[in-house]
Amino acid sequence: MTTSFVKIKNAAKSFGNLQVLKDINLTVDRGQIVAIIGPSGSGKSTLLRAINELDPLTSGEVWLEGVQINRHLPPRQYEAHVNQVRQDIGMVFQHFNLFPHLTVRGNITLAPRMLKGLTEAQANALVEEQLTKVGLLEKIDEYPSRLSGGQKQRVAIARALAMKPKVMLFDEATSALDPELVEEVNMVMKQLADEHMTMIIVTHEMDFAASVCDRVLFMDQGVVVEEGPPSVIFQNPVEERTRNFLRKHLARNGG
Amino acid sequence: MGLDFSVVPSYFGVLLQGMGLTIAITICAGILSFFGGIVFAVAALYAPMIIRLPMRAFAFLFMGTPLLLQLFLIYFGLIQVGIDLPAFVAGVIGLGLHFAVYNSELIQASILAVDKGQYEGARTLGLSRGQTVRRIIIPQAVRAVIPPMGNNMIALLKDSALVSVIGVMELTLAAQQAISRTYRPFEFYLAVAFCYYFINLALEAGLRHVERRIAASR
Amino acid sequence: MDTELILRVYPFFLQAAVVTIQLSILTTILGLTCGALGAAARMSRSWVLRAIGATYVSIFRGTPALIQLFILYFGGPQIGIQLDAFEAGVIGLGVNIGAYMAETMRGAIESVDKGQREAARTMGLSRAQAMRKVILPQAMRLMIRPLGVNINALIKGTALVAAISVVELTYTAQRYIGSTYKPFEMFLLSGALYMIIIYVVGIGIAWLDRKARIT
Repeated sequence: MTTSFVKIKNAAKSFGNLQVLKDINLTVDRGQIVAIIGPSGSGKSTLLRAINELDPLTSGEVWLEGVQINRHLPPRQYEAHVNQVRQDIGMVFQHFNLFPHLTVRGNITLAPRMLKGLTEAQANALVEEQLTKVGLLEKIDEYPSRLSGGQKQRVAIARALAMKPKVMLFDEATSALDPELVEEVNMVMKQLADEHMTMIIVTHEMDFAASVCDRVLFMDQGVVVEEGPPSVIFQNPVEERTRNFLRKHLARNGG
Repeated sequence: MGLDFSVVPSYFGVLLQGMGLTIAITICAGILSFFGGIVFAVAALYAPMIIRLPMRAFAFLFMGTPLLLQLFLIYFGLIQVGIDLPAFVAGVIGLGLHFAVYNSELIQASILAVDKGQYEGARTLGLSRGQTVRRIIIPQAVRAVIPPMGNNMIALLKDSALVSVIGVMELTLAAQQAISRTYRPFEFYLAVAFCYYFINLALEAGLRHVERRIAASR
Repeated sequence: MDTELILRVYPFFLQAAVVTIQLSILTTILGLTCGALGAAARMSRSWVLRAIGATYVSIFRGTPALIQLFILYFGGPQIGIQLDAFEAGVIGLGVNIGAYMAETMRGAIESVDKGQREAARTMGLSRAQAMRKVILPQAMRLMIRPLGVNINALIKGTALVAAISVVELTYTAQRYIGSTYKPFEMFLLSGALYMIIIYVVGIGIAWLDRKARIT
């Protein structure tokens, strides 16, 4: 039995006259892993950032487990509501956004301690658990500047996981990494997939999307052009635009 | 009248006391200017218009006029409205506010230069706007301007000589007292210059130490 | 706000402002001269000159300008230097700000790309020629704004000569605060004049900076 877990209804967004999202509908079930692919400027990151209200929609609805995220509320209540729901939505950024003035431990424990009132002992246990998961326990007291890009991103994932989110959003998590560092991050994401974490992944890595995801969305110019299982989208796309994009992408990235 | 430095040692105690007060006033005003700078910067960027506008006017006035004039305003102005503060306190407030305005300008620019991703990173974890500013933005912004704020601190030390004009018995006024008894201005002012230079060197060494420690954590 | 009082005393403040302007101009000229000499000494090939330059900068930046002024004005007669308060003010403040300007100029010269010097030298220019024809013209443009910051500080710094009784703006304000018990009015009046002076100088600096950028 599947329940719709994340639900986006009639999402639209414009910056001035520019319409970046046009009437998008998407449902993600619990434990599902959805990849969003498409050329840059297609609106895929904007859609992802609309889910946790970083870039609020102009119109449309976003729901998580029966709670509407982008409810219309008076400013003060809206703030509190958004802060609350964001605790359930983990996000991983292209440029990591680790806090440089805090150690790895500080980065991971900040929000759990401030927002969930964990004691120091609980927080320390949590850090160790999360860092073990991403294989970086030995870096616990380092500052982010001492880590490689791949390590930074793994810490960023651990930081998001420490809030025990219901869903994880990945915004081109490996795009800023040197090629040889991509795999270690992909491994961590695969591991999350094996644990049935609900994930929405904006990515340029077709191989990774094909091997991990249950569903793939192809977006272009603010609309979902085509969606389906990876086997269909990557091997046998119906739409001309999808075929074009994949062909160009293949030509540029080889293999 | 030639030079005779032999009179200086007999006023050693007076000068030492003055030096203690100079250091005390520098530390107190330095602390005030540091935290005042943060408060002013946050208010200037995030407070409602009704607070922001008078703050801008205040900063404008304090950056465009001499410190000495401001000290007169604070010392005599407070007396005018019935607040008779000890000269030391008036001096600390005057110096502290003056440099708080300068620190605030540094911190404001630094806050605006903090990567937008830091804000987003914190907000996606569920931190509120206030929590994000307090725990993520301010610590980074302040760290980044420690070196120029250190320069302000050094300027503050030297400008602390000005509070002698409102009667704080610090190094400069202590020297003036000794001079009024011995009529040896050259000797005493030179001795005092040496004292300031010495404190200055110590302060610079201290600031370099702080900078190194902060650099290590970045 | 006692506007009547302000209207009555403002002519005296205008006179005082003229003195502040005179002080500022003369101090700027002396400061730029000392600054150029100091910078040249600090960047000289002779270690003696470098040591002299470094000592000058270190001593005058390391001690309060007020003390330097007092040594010159009150202590000067003991070593045969007799100056009136205005002269002592100009010389004391000028030599003091010169130390800061020397560092500004040196910073600007050193921030000219190393490749410029290397390119000039490989073309056969001497060290001095490279400095005069290639480095300095570029450094001049870079130093206008930071020297503007020094001059801004200098104008406010002229207030110090109130402590040796030169009748300029701050001295006048202090005297009228004492006689009228209206510190806010006197502060605003003299403060406004300081800000006008600084504003006009700021426009001049910005104009110079723009002009230097075009050529």
